[in-house]
Formats: sequence, structure tokens, C-alpha cells
Amino acid sequence: MTDVRNYLREWAMPHVLCPGCAHGIVLRSFLESVDQLQLDQDKLALVAGIGCSSRLAGYVDFCTLHGTHGRAPAFATGLKLARPDLNVVVITGDGDGLAIGGNHLIHAARRNIDITVLLLNNAIYGMTGGQAAPTTPQGARASTTPDGNTEPMFDACKLLIGAGASFVARVLAATPTEMTKVMKDAMTHPGFAFVEIISDCPEYYGRYNKIGGGAEMLTWMARRDAGVATPLSKKRFVNHIPSSPTPPGMDTGVLLREIRPVFSGIREGGPRGT
Amino acid sequence: MSTARLIQGNEACARGALAAGCTFYGGYPITPSSEIAEYMVRELPKVHGVFVQMEDEISSLAAVIGASLGGSKAMTATSGPGFSLMQEHIGFATMAEVPCVIVDVMRGGPSTGLPTSPSQGDVMQARWGTHGDHPAIVLAPSSVGEVFDLTLRAFNLSERFRTPVILIYDEIIGHTRENVVLPDVVEVEDRKRPDVAPADFWPKAAPADGVPPLPAFGDGYRFHVTGLSHDERGLPSDDAGVAGSLLARLHDKVEQHIDEISQVETRLLDDADIAVFAYGIVGRSAREAVTRGREEGIRVGLVRPVTLWPFPYDQVAAVARGVDTVIVSEMNRGQLIGEVERATAGRARVVPHLRADGQPISPNELLSTIRTAAGRGA
Repeated sequence: MTDVRNYLREWAMPHVLCPGCAHGIVLRSFLESVDQLQLDQDKLALVAGIGCSSRLAGYVDFCTLHGTHGRAPAFATGLKLARPDLNVVVITGDGDGLAIGGNHLIHAARRNIDITVLLLNNAIYGMTGGQAAPTTPQGARASTTPDGNTEPMFDACKLLIGAGASFVARVLAATPTEMTKVMKDAMTHPGFAFVEIISDCPEYYGRYNKIGGGAEMLTWMARRDAGVATPLSKKRFVNHIPSSPTPPGMDTGVLLREIRPVFSGIREGGPRGT
Repeated sequence: MSTARLIQGNEACARGALAAGCTFYGGYPITPSSEIAEYMVRELPKVHGVFVQMEDEISSLAAVIGASLGGSKAMTATSGPGFSLMQEHIGFATMAEVPCVIVDVMRGGPSTGLPTSPSQGDVMQARWGTHGDHPAIVLAPSSVGEVFDLTLRAFNLSERFRTPVILIYDEIIGHTRENVVLPDVVEVEDRKRPDVAPADFWPKAAPADGVPPLPAFGDGYRFHVTGLSHDERGLPSDDAGVAGSLLARLHDKVEQHIDEISQVETRLLDDADIAVFAYGIVGRSAREAVTRGREEGIRVGLVRPVTLWPFPYDQVAAVARGVDTVIVSEMNRGQLIGEVERATAGRARVVPHLRADGQPISPNELLSTIRTAAGRGA
């Protein structure tokens, strides 16, 4: 196996991530996936939005586009349609992909365009200082929910299945071997592939919710077997917020894999490609 | 051989784009620009191009930028409400220096306003709509034929200067059909590609003209593109020196080439006491009003900026030195008149003739303002 550092722009470091942040583990899995699949570095485009996870694009030696907040799937759509020869991977976060960029994400999924989206879910806005995200569990503390979050959270995978993605998976940063395997499956899937990666934010989420630092968050993440939401929903700080009904099962692994027509922008009967 | 055709302004825009080598259109439906999309979806497949209807105007311009980074000449078209949404990515394309063309077929505003009526209410938004200091190149055709020419020119300038170029015209020009002779052969400019090996390539290192070469993604050059302030290697930097010199170069590459970019039509100004400043569709009314004024013995001439931005301050100042009065006519509450006043700097009286009710400014109503300015009865 190649040293994954060969894929890094070490000259672009130091990086912006905090000590204990699991995004680095995710990046390593991604680079191992690229290496094991022997993808051509020149033909791999990593398209990112805004946020901690999106900043990873700056440190990898591919064609990298650090776009605008939430719009990475739209940039990626134009790039892939113009250059079908490229492997186009979107790296985004939960705020980026599910709040400001939710519309772009669901429409890219609906089109079943042949790109892969890696959504690093740390359940909070890290880069801006720990504000609540659409993925912050009810009851959890963030800088904008000091008494606990009162809003329900998104189940990103259900959303993407509903929107029409043809490959949907959820993995934990705490289980990197599984993560690498699923990323490889996603990147070789013909069509829109979505991988929600449960990452962490010890600096804000871990601190505000008294879970601990990076190691404690990974242990806590790896321990749960009933899904992602359960341990979080039990972690309540405000008594007057009623317990939610049974949290929806948020399983890990590949949740959907179907072969469907891929959107290429080529019109039926048009001369392109004939 | 060139042949005359009866075509609509929006069709002329699409034809101009195709003549320029446009192979990607990303857009969202909006009146009064939709005919451009409808023409492109039919024609792009014939040139192995791609059309995509996106989920909104934000994503439309994002897709255009993505396609341009892939090496395509790419465009979108919209109207006021969509143009507002595109401001985010006009700024991104300016900062990241990604060539692209944005067409704004103006309708009455603000908000949804008057969807099927003409307006020139977006000309300041075209200059200052996106946040932060930035240069802008904005072209304003006044006829169907000029829509073709300037769409082509918009692509050429965009490729030449590695920056978004905005083509702005109103609903009347968009929907008017005119007989135009389209050239069979046009001059097409393509972006500079790097002439160094990938290992030696710094994506934002600019030669003397301030415009760095731009390879396409996938062509062997691996580089980073960001909207953050960045250094010559393309890497984010908040260093004051880096930020200041990047911003200076982005402005200089446009402003120091104003002679190459700027086009201004002038008519009958040599002996004129009065100049009418008008652009776009109003430029045509003004041309007719000037002709009629001359028939009445009024020494009146026309100055019509074809390039709205960068604004032709020097030319307008020169005109103001030779006349007593500059009448500024535009279909808004007074937008470019402020720039005319800056350029005139008190050398001549500036008289507004404005209209912002969804109706065009007719030659007759402009003529009455000319008569009044000349001291005659309206």
C-alpha cells in the first residue's frame, strides 16, 4: 500500500483542524480508498463547501474546489457534466450539506448524477464556534441552544433515500476499516452515492455536552449499537423537554444500493456521445 | 456568406454564445430570459455541449463555474430576482477567477416586480451586487444585432481576463424581433493555458497583464480553487500583504485594460451644447430623439456607453467639457446618473430624464426634455 501522505499537500499545512477532531480519520480513510481503488490523481476532483470538513479539500493533492457554503453538489454537477471523465467527489458537512445546501444535495440525488458525496456529520457548526445544526439532537447543547436544542434533527440517510440517491450508507469515524470499505463501494457505484460519516467535534459538541475529548467521543460513538440517535437523545440536560418517542433507527452500513439510469446531461437522440 | 435573419434578442444571445464556443448552459426558468435556455437546450447537443436546468439560480451559476473549471465555456441567463440569487457566485467567480458569462434580462423590480416589463433597474446591482470590493465587466446592448455581438464579446472578455462578465439588457431587447445579419466567422478568444510543467505551476501567479493562465481540471494540473483570500499557490491566506495584493491585481487586470474593454458610441457631439447619455434600449430612443432635435436646429448629440462597467469616466468627462448640459436618461430612479455626475464634476449641468414604471422612454418624451434643456418650449 502506498503511503497515504503521498496524496497530501504537506506544503499546505499546518491544517485548521482541532486536536481530537475525527475528520483526520475520515480523510485517511478517503485517501486509502483512493489508493486501493488506484484512482488517477489527475482525474479526481474533490469539491467542497464551507466548514471544517470542507477545508480538507485544501490539503489533498487532487483537483480541489473549495466553493461556497452548501453549494458543493451544484459545482460538482456542472463539473461532472462538463467532464464525465473525472471522478467527482463532494466533501461536505452537516450544516453545509443539510441546512444551507439541502436543496442542492437533494436535487443532485434526484438526478442520480454520477458523483459521490461524503457528508461528515459532527452534529454542530464547528468552524463558526459550535452553533446548533439541523443534525443536532433534541436536547443537546450548542452555543445557540444553551438550554438544549428544541428542534428535531434530520435523518440524512432517510432524506437522501427519499430524494432518489441510488447508494446510501452511514458509517462511523470510529470504525475506519468499515468506513474505507463503504467509501470504496460508494466511489465505484454508478450514480449518486451518499455516505453519511458520523464524525465528531470534541472542541464544541464534546465540551458543551460533557462527552469529553476526541478519544472519549470515539469510544462513545463506537459503543452504541442501537444507532446514532439513541445515546444522543438520552443525553438530555433540560428536564422540561419531553422525551421524544422512540428515536428512529439510524443504522450504519450500506442502507440502499440500486442501479438506476445515471444523469449525464446527454439528451436522448442528441448527437453527443454517438 | 452572411445572411439576414429575423430573430429575437434572446435568440441572438444564445446564437452569440454558441458562436463564442459556449458548450455549457446551466439555468433556472425566469421571465423574460427563458427563451435563451430554450434555444440552448435545442442547440447545445449539436456542438456536443450540455444543458442542465438547475434547482435555482444559485446552483445555476455554481454549475456554470464547475463546468468552466472543467474547461468549458459556460453561461447562465436570468432576470432580476434570479440575478439577486446569483450575486454569491458572481463574487466567487471574481475571486477564484473563473471565466463565465451571466446574462440579466432586466424586468421591473424590486422583488418580483413587473415580470414582463422592461427596466434598467439592475445596472448598479451588476456593479455592486456581490459583497466586498471587486471589479466588474458589464456590457449593455441596445439592439438584437448588438446582443449577438456583445454576447460573443462577453465570452471573449471573460476568457481574456479570467473573470465573470455580465451582459445586461431589458425585456424589450430580449423579446423584440429584428432583422439582423449574423457573421459567419467571428473572432474567438480562449483562456490562456499554462506553459509550464504541472510541478512548476502556481495557479495564481500572474504574468505582467495580471491574468494567470488557467488549466482545466483533469488535464494534469492539480491545483486548489477557493473563494478565500489566497496566495499565488492558490492556498488560503489571511496575510495582509497577500490579501491586499490579490485584491489589487483583481482590480488592476480590469481597470488597467479599460481601453481594451470599454466601448462607447458617440454621435454628433462635435458642436453639441447638449449631450444625451443613455444606454441599452433607451440609447435607441435617445439616438432618435437626437436626430429629431437636430432637425429642429438644436445642437444635441449622443453618448451611449456600450460597456457600463468599468464606467467610461474619461470619455464622459471629455463630453462634459464640450457641452453645457448632459441629459441622463435611464429606466430607473437614477442609477448611472450618479456616475455621470462624478465624471462631469460640475463641468456641465446634469439633467435627469428617468422613468421606472415598466414603460419604455419614448423618443418624443426625451425630445421634449432636449427642447427644454435648449431653452425652447417643450
